[in-house]
Amino acid sequence: MSRVEFMQGNAACAEGALAAGCRFFGGYPITPSTEIAETMARRLPKVGGVFISMEDELASIAAVIGAAWTGTRAMTATSGPGFSLMMENIGYAAMTETPCVIVNIQRGGPSTGQPTRAAQGDMLQCRFGSHGDYSTIALTPNSVQEMFDLTVKAFNLANRFRVPTLLMSDEIVGHMRERMAIPDSVDIIPPAPLAEGSLPFEAGDDGVPGFAPFGSGRSIHVTGLTHDERGYPDTTDPEAHDRLVRRLVTKVESARREIADYVVTNPDAETVFVTYGPPSRTVEQVMHTHPDDDIGHLRLRLVWPFPEFALQEFPNAKVFLMPELNMGQMVREVQRHVDQPVISIPKIGGELHTPAELVRILEAHR
Amino acid sequence: MRHEVRFSGYGGQGIILSAVILGRAAALYDNKYAVQTQVYGPEARGGASMGQVVIDDEPILYPVVTDPDIYVIMSQQGFEKYGVWAREDAVMILDADLVRSRPGCRYYEIPATAEAKENLGREIVANIVMMGALVATTGVVSREAIERAVLDSVPKGTEDLNQKALKRGFELGELASTTPP
Repeated sequence: MSRVEFMQGNAACAEGALAAGCRFFGGYPITPSTEIAETMARRLPKVGGVFISMEDELASIAAVIGAAWTGTRAMTATSGPGFSLMMENIGYAAMTETPCVIVNIQRGGPSTGQPTRAAQGDMLQCRFGSHGDYSTIALTPNSVQEMFDLTVKAFNLANRFRVPTLLMSDEIVGHMRERMAIPDSVDIIPPAPLAEGSLPFEAGDDGVPGFAPFGSGRSIHVTGLTHDERGYPDTTDPEAHDRLVRRLVTKVESARREIADYVVTNPDAETVFVTYGPPSRTVEQVMHTHPDDDIGHLRLRLVWPFPEFALQEFPNAKVFLMPELNMGQMVREVQRHVDQPVISIPKIGGELHTPAELVRILEAHR
Repeated sequence: MRHEVRFSGYGGQGIILSAVILGRAAALYDNKYAVQTQVYGPEARGGASMGQVVIDDEPILYPVVTDPDIYVIMSQQGFEKYGVWAREDAVMILDADLVRSRPGCRYYEIPATAEAKENLGREIVANIVMMGALVATTGVVSREAIERAVLDSVPKGTEDLNQKALKRGFELGELASTTPP
């Protein structure tokens, strides 16, 4: 059974977080993400959770990391300028292997840019924005239902891999209203507990250490400095740094197939669109109004770690077309994994590509 | 069949709410698909406001309104900004006293604000009168669906007033004749 609603994307994100057991939100309201904070502020106290309106985004992500270390599922939501401010502590969350969820309802940038308009301009920032080597997971919903579903999934992935996990949405999906269903319950995967006798940052084959949050009975030292398996700083030994940081990256990258989430349409096609987020809906419209087995579509519901093997699902592909609401960001990732030409279809300014625009480009490249 | 409905007026008239109510009626009570979007900017109360809805029997892929076939316009500025380019085969429901211009497409004149103020006693329900007229003239959703969606969406204690406003809108829609006929 489920409850059917006509709901806004941002509200659906908040509902997804609550369904996934999120009980802490620390945030600083920013357009166009504010409805997530508003919904959490209303709802969290009623389910025994805590909402804190923080003084800024640096503090917001810091509070989320602290809450996560008490074993509470924790989230924040922001947009471009706030996301930039969070970068240092996203690295801290990666270094300390803190399971948490960061939602970015993207707007036009750089700087304060276009507060009320949609963009996908932070797609490389969400992967590489903090200094040093690390890996994150980033999901890209294209509907109100997916705002709910992929928020739930973000919490589960954050717990499974102990990484800050990013829901990379945008003003279009965040603000549109559609019919969606809230299931009575969702599958919640808690972090694997730290085994008796294991050191706090000692990982098994999957590279993910068990989690012993504060209050679980173990004494744990948490630091952003390079640390050994006990959690104590070891900042000069090249091997200690290599062992730790290589594990932080490979625990995510080596699980790319397990993490991947994408939809393939017309795998025999020669002309293949690659999309994530709302441009996928323009492509779906084009494919619906111009049915043609020769047009394929790879829709990524999750872009980081990048599932390069998904491109091989189109063995006859002669050209890849990639509409994005930026000047060409994820297209670089596609280009470096295939030999065929990859055409970027950038659009900035805040509006979604229209079906007519994509039809024109399709005709020019066939 | 895909319908694109655009509501425009000034901030404070309940333009966005009208779009949400219509989407809700279609998606929850008429077993159709609907996507509601809005112009979302730094406009203040009194500035031009716009909300829109795509309604279809099939799942909606492209979510944005590009060329509406139905307009509901409740201010002159709203007409100038969001209604003046209406295509020839569109239909427009106008609040006759608030919009001076007339479009090139078919239109219905509905005195919604006057009706709300003088006969219903509360100007604030003018948008609900317009919703009733919209449904009576276009049938874009059923009367049962719009009634349920209105009752879901209005503050407690105002249900009777809103229901009355909606019914009055149905009547005004039935009585109105299109121009050109």
